[in-house]
This record gives sequence, C-alpha cells and structure tokens, in this order.
Amino acid sequence: MIAGRQRFTPLQRLLHWLMAVCILAMLFIGVGMVSTVMPKYLTLVSIHKPLGIAILVLALIRLAVRLRYGTPPLPADLPEPMKLAAQLSHYALYVLMIGMPLLGWGMLSAAAYPVVLFGGVYLPAILPQSDSLHTLLWNAHFYFAFVFFALVLLHLAAALFHALVRRDGVFEAMAPMSTHDEIARAQ
Amino acid sequence: MAQSSQSPTRSIFGSLVLIAVVIGGGAAAFAYTAGWLSPQRLTPEKMVAALAPPTGVALGYRRNHAKGICFTGVFEANGAGSAVSYAQVFIRGQYPVLGRFNLGTADPNAPDATVRVRGMGLQISTPEGQVWRSAMIDPPFFAVSTPQAFYELLLASASKDPDAMKTFAGAHPEIAAFGAWAKSAPWTGSYAEERFNSLNSFVFTDSSGAEKTVRWSLLPAAQSVPISQEDLAKRGPDFLEQEIAERVRGGPQRWTMVVSVANPGDPTADPSKSWPEDRRTVEVGTLTVQRIEPDRDGPCRDINFDPSVLPSGMRTSDDPFPVARSAAYARSYDLRTAEAKDYPRTATDAKP
Repeated sequence: MIAGRQRFTPLQRLLHWLMAVCILAMLFIGVGMVSTVMPKYLTLVSIHKPLGIAILVLALIRLAVRLRYGTPPLPADLPEPMKLAAQLSHYALYVLMIGMPLLGWGMLSAAAYPVVLFGGVYLPAILPQSDSLHTLLWNAHFYFAFVFFALVLLHLAAALFHALVRRDGVFEAMAPMSTHDEIARAQ
Repeated sequence: MAQSSQSPTRSIFGSLVLIAVVIGGGAAAFAYTAGWLSPQRLTPEKMVAALAPPTGVALGYRRNHAKGICFTGVFEANGAGSAVSYAQVFIRGQYPVLGRFNLGTADPNAPDATVRVRGMGLQISTPEGQVWRSAMIDPPFFAVSTPQAFYELLLASASKDPDAMKTFAGAHPEIAAFGAWAKSAPWTGSYAEERFNSLNSFVFTDSSGAEKTVRWSLLPAAQSVPISQEDLAKRGPDFLEQEIAERVRGGPQRWTMVVSVANPGDPTADPSKSWPEDRRTVEVGTLTVQRIEPDRDGPCRDINFDPSVLPSGMRTSDDPFPVARSAAYARSYDLRTAEAKDYPRTATDAKP
C-alpha cells in the first residue's frame, strides 16, 4: 500500500466529477421528462439524447484511462465484504454508464425514431425496427435507470462513510482537491 | 477541528445522520422529479388512460385514431417552401411519403359514420435521413386551447355526471365553436375529399435565419361531395377504407400543401383560434397518395406520427400541443408495441 499511489490521477478525478454531474442530471432529466406533457418535456428529451451520448463517450474514455492508470489500493484494514462491495458496485457503475446510453439509442432505433443530437446531427439506427426489441430495451432502460440511481446513492453514502466515519483516505483519493486531512497525513 | 472536542461516538452518530439526510434528500428530490409526490401532475399516462373508450382499451392499437388505413406515396416540393424554411423537404424534388388516413376514435371497430373527426398521419423522408412527421385532422380549428383542457374534456365526456359537459363548456367556452363545426360541417364520403390541417403552429427558419410561425394544410384535389351522416352509415361501417383503396387503385390522389404564415400578434399558441383569412400563404408542393397499404401489418404500424419529429429548419412553437402530443404518443407507442401479441397482424387474424 505504501508503494502505491494514494490518489486517482487528475484526469481520472476530472472525468469522475464531470460524469457525476452529467449522470445525476441525466437521471433527473429522464425521470422528470417521462412524467409530464408540458413544454419542458421536449426540452428535457432534447437534452437527454445528446447528454446520453456524451456520457457514453466519456465513459469509454474513462474506461480506457482506468485500464491504463488503475486505481489507488483500498485501505488494507477495509473489511473484505466492503472491498467486495466497492469492486462490484464499480463494475456495475461502468456497465450502466456504457450500457444505458446504448440501451436508449437501441430503443429509439427499434422504434424507428430519428436520433437527433444538437444542431441537426443525426445518429444512425443501431437496430432495425422491432416491437419486441423496443419493448425489451424500453423496459431495460426504464428499470436500470432506477438501479442506476440506487447505485449512485449507495456510492455517495459509501463515499461519505469513508470521508466522515472511517476517514481512511478513500474519499480523498477521488476528491477534486486535496483536503486538510490528506495534507495533515502527508505531513 | 470541531469533531476532536466531541466524543468519537457522538461524532460518528452525527456523521451517520448527515449521510442519511443526504441520501434521503437525494431520494426525495428524485421522487419529486418523477412526479410521485405530485398526484395532480398531468402525466402522459393520465392523458393516454383518459383516451380509453368506455368499452375498454383496444390492446395493441394506437390509443387514439385507432382506426385507419395506411398509404405510401410521394411529396413533390415545388421549391416555393424554401422562402419560409431551409428544410430539405422544401427544396424542389420528390420525397417518399408514408401516411395513414384515420378516424379520431380510440375504438378500432367504430363505424365510420359515428366518428366526426378524420385525420392523416404523414411522414416525409429526405435523403440525408431527416424525417418530417405530422398528424393532421379535418376540423378548421381544435376543440380546446390547452392540453390540460383537452384532458378535462376527455374526463368530462367520459363522466357519468349529466352536467359534466355543461360545466366543462362553462370553463372552456372555446369548445362552443368546435361543437358548432361538428354539428354543421358537411360530412364527405371519402378521405380523398378531406382537407387536413396541422392546427398546431410551428416555427420555420429560412436560410437567412429569419423565423416565421406557421400552420399548414393539405387541400384535396378531389371535389368534396357532401353526404348526410345517415347515408354514410348506410354505406357500411368500414366504407371509408374500402372507398379510398378503390379510389387509389383507380388513380393516385393528390393534395396541395399550403403553409400559412402568422402575422405578429396572431394566436400562435392556441390551436382553437383560426388566423385571419388574409394571412400570407405559400403553396409548397403536392402530396400524391399512390398506394393504399394494409393497416395491420403495413408500414405505418410501427411508426409513431409524433408531430415533434421535425427536420432541421422547423421546430415547435409556443403552441403547447405538439409537445404534449409527443409525450402522449410516445406513451401510446410504448404500450401498443408491448402489446404486439394482442394485435391482429395479418388480415387472417383479424376480427370478422
């Protein structure tokens, strides 16, 4: 542990916090847009699609960066179940960050909707029109959104638990800036 | 630090409370955004549920305009539309069309003569993958001013309270004009004799970036021949489908597309109000219906004629309907595609 890096690289931290904002916005936009027939519906839908593609691109970059730079080690005294939970939840978050935009894109393709990004940029359909595929992907996109939000909350709870209760440096490893605790520890 | 003066247990307890508050607050904000804490919010689910006929929902069908027949054809732009929008569809040329004649009813088995409103769903595709979808109807103006009022109209028409419609009309006097149209406008014996109107307004942008708020209509080339409702009923419950299939077999049917441009101050946000007759109009091209296609397993079945699906050069205006329709149509589409097993896909599966 002593030999390892204590923090994620600045690029990883930048990607993490940028995506945190995007994903939270995405989840709220998604659940909000399907609940209304008011004019904001179309505004929200027209943000949801390009933002989803942006998250997909960022997630792929992030995955590459993660494979290249790895992660700082978890504290040696972290109980095994918590280590396992941390690892599994991170796998799940990566699967969702990459999978949800693809499900959405596939769902729109299977419904023969044009997929429009900003400024009249169109994405090609990735699937042929199909009722059964549309229904399957729609359900997956819908239910995984709630799983995603639950995971985000769990992730946030765990981060705060590390920061406030365990104070073991795990939060500081991803914190956007160095905290007092970390500076103190470094000294 | 403040915590160091407290007992560790108290500090941990305080931290756990803080974590619980943050997570609980996040979950509550999500629930609020989803509308779970706002039962009065007009959701697409509510709007679509209110469309259900008294006989119950017809599974697998569009939740409104359930009865119809599909067609394919071509839109021939004459180039004049480029004066109002840079959309590719207005550049002189021919563009493939998919469309659907339909009746404004949620009951796919409604006899033709019982349905006052007729419609046309239209999709025009241009070579670079853009599509213009539209769903028009034959009244000259819409029944109500807002989507909320439309929802209340659906509730009032389904209500058992004998005064429900009277109460509704009191709150939404614009319904009177529509009632008068429904009572007095002549019926015709053919989809080919109908004029179809967007009613909703949209914003067109021309190549200089100038924006104009417009509505559009399809004017039939065929002469309208009035027919009484009784005579139409005598021709049979599905006469209109049979008639249009036969007519198109005999020769393509044509409509001229006319775009009307609003003057400043015209009621662009209210489809229940016509614009004055003297507004600038532009004939932008001709729709030719070349082939009638089956509705059940034809090319329209899988298309949502969502009026917010617009090419570059067009966008929604301050009219709240296209967006509300988009939200409700998406709900209808999600439902009916999930019910595909209940939908008679071929003529042989069809009910007698």
